[in-house]
Amino acid sequence: MSDNQLPDTGRAAGNAVAPPLSRRRFLSVAGLGAGAAAAGAGALRPGPAVAAGPDPNIVPVPAWSKTLGPGVNVNPYGKPSKFEKDVVRREVTWLTASSESSVSFTPLYALDGVITPNGLCFVRHHGGEAEIDPDKYRFMIHGMVDKELVFTLDDIKRMPGRVNRAYFLECAANSGMEWRGAQLNGCQFTHGMIHNVFYTGVPLRAFLDMAGVKPKGKWVLAEGADAAVMTRSIPIEKALDDCLVAFAMNGEALRPEQGYPVRLVVPGWEGNMWIKWLRRIKVGDQPWQQREETSKYTDLLADGRSRRFTFIMDAKSVVTSPSPQAPLRQKGPNVLTGIAWSGRGSIKRVDVSLDGGRNWTTARLEGPVMPMAMTRFYLDFDWAGQELMVQSRAMDDTGYVQPTKNELRAVRGTNSIYHNNGIQTWLVRSNGETENVEVG
Amino acid sequence: MWKSAEALLVASALLLAAPAGAAPEAKGAPAKAGAQNVGGQKAAQEHAKPQQAVNVSTAAPAPAARAIALGRPALPEEIAAWNIDVRADGEGLPEGKGSVKQGEELFLHNCAVCHGEFGEGAGRWPVLAGGQGTLKSDRPEKTIGSFWPYASTVFDYVHRAMPFGNNQSLTADETYAIVAYLLNLNDLVPEGYVLSKENFPKVALPNEANFYEDDRETTEKAFWKKDPCMTNCSGEVHVTARAQILNVTPDGEAPKGNLE
Repeated sequence: MSDNQLPDTGRAAGNAVAPPLSRRRFLSVAGLGAGAAAAGAGALRPGPAVAAGPDPNIVPVPAWSKTLGPGVNVNPYGKPSKFEKDVVRREVTWLTASSESSVSFTPLYALDGVITPNGLCFVRHHGGEAEIDPDKYRFMIHGMVDKELVFTLDDIKRMPGRVNRAYFLECAANSGMEWRGAQLNGCQFTHGMIHNVFYTGVPLRAFLDMAGVKPKGKWVLAEGADAAVMTRSIPIEKALDDCLVAFAMNGEALRPEQGYPVRLVVPGWEGNMWIKWLRRIKVGDQPWQQREETSKYTDLLADGRSRRFTFIMDAKSVVTSPSPQAPLRQKGPNVLTGIAWSGRGSIKRVDVSLDGGRNWTTARLEGPVMPMAMTRFYLDFDWAGQELMVQSRAMDDTGYVQPTKNELRAVRGTNSIYHNNGIQTWLVRSNGETENVEVG
Repeated sequence: MWKSAEALLVASALLLAAPAGAAPEAKGAPAKAGAQNVGGQKAAQEHAKPQQAVNVSTAAPAPAARAIALGRPALPEEIAAWNIDVRADGEGLPEGKGSVKQGEELFLHNCAVCHGEFGEGAGRWPVLAGGQGTLKSDRPEKTIGSFWPYASTVFDYVHRAMPFGNNQSLTADETYAIVAYLLNLNDLVPEGYVLSKENFPKVALPNEANFYEDDRETTEKAFWKKDPCMTNCSGEVHVTARAQILNVTPDGEAPKGNLE
């Protein structure tokens, strides 16, 4: 399959050559749905290679092995260990004028597997978080249809044909601050406007078929009930294909900040279109040219002209560890890991470079590989303490290969804000500290 | 592998679906391999008591070819309450009108605290006027006058989502007036201008022609590569930019490495 020999930089300088990766592979359970999702890998604490004396963590009996801990329902809704208190969403306050029309970032550096915990999914609001009483929630379909209809939440949950699908949701502006150069130090901030969860819902098509789309109906307008009353135009082909009217994420009701009780799921397409607090679908014969598809979510290119309706999120990847928030802590065996995704289909391959893109090794995809969903990759390697320039490069099943930032800039310039899927470089210094850089 | 799911069909006064055979023509993506309906609609019509329908579904459910007694007809007043969007051709514009002068007054009271008296923006709040001729520059100023393609969007968005924190508080006339003032700030209409439903579609914004559909599959065709380079892909590689120099990341410094 792939060449398991690391490029020169991956070899222990002056020491033994790293053995082929296959000999050091972890035992993995392959197969659909058997992806191991080890949640929140904490930083390794260094321990001496040879014990100077008995380990105090072993020899006296620790408190937690002697006295009773809390009972089974101290936390009726469980929460993470107090030792994981830093694994939280974060905000970059200088990005926006107001926290109610802003974004917080998923702590990708501390996560593993492919499912984003509900409480850590990045949040993007335009008018703050709407608090909607599910009994008062209404969903309307109208416009160029045979029957204009209103549904309650109960109606939606009684619809036949319910499905479960995992999809990534990536903000169109993810990595947007990096167009002009390396700016933020951490994959949480450079790539954290993304999450990947399992949605439960009903295909939008079921509602459109009930209403009966007229032959002239070529677009739908989706609208939210929040204080931004967010609207986006979506082509009818997409609306009838795989969009979902979703009411659950990762098995429980949507979080309020993710659109409780109902949101639109638009697989593979920019997050702005995934209308939260979904209240209305209008069918029409042309796009509406709303603010979020004219002033915003249009891509200004170097010649002063702009692309519009750049719906699809292209193939992209990032190494989450090592990264600025997850430095290397020990020489010797290390696990490089990251995520890849594509709005055009499934991830077919991820290559990793440790020398700034001169040489590449194909990484191991582990866990479910699903269309338009986050895919996890690993590269087990030995580190002798030399500087590394770590990159990852995703390829999807359409043959699209993630470009470098400079390849993107050559086509688009540096002012398009959105759709930056360029290859990320992390510089790992000899002391393990890692920073966001660009190379050339 | 796939189990048959049994669904109860309850005959109801709210039966809304079209009769069998009158399903709307499928558009766009072909229906996925899907449900075979056995004894659904027809049986429900023949018997007053609940019937069983057997659905054999694969990957994605195809549209149900039978009546679904869910939802209810939307009333005209309900549709009118939510159906406030305005399209580029003027469809959806409400009756009404407003002058630049009225708009200036309204803008100073409702908008200037964030957007500045002349739409120049206060602090980090959006700039609404000016910036013409800057789109090719290093730091483009994207405003209604320099960037937005359609005046309809200004009306729709102000009416829908402004003032920030008190949206949908402006009447149709007030919105026409504020849009008239914004057009005047951008040197697109004279000071004596009155904007109305009737003359609205005549208002063209300067940048309309400079938007085009997503063309990535053509202009970025080079990104579809059969065999990307794997070895000796470049000469020496050097660091050309460092985020740490900017030092704008929250929580100050990145965590320290911890080596023996």
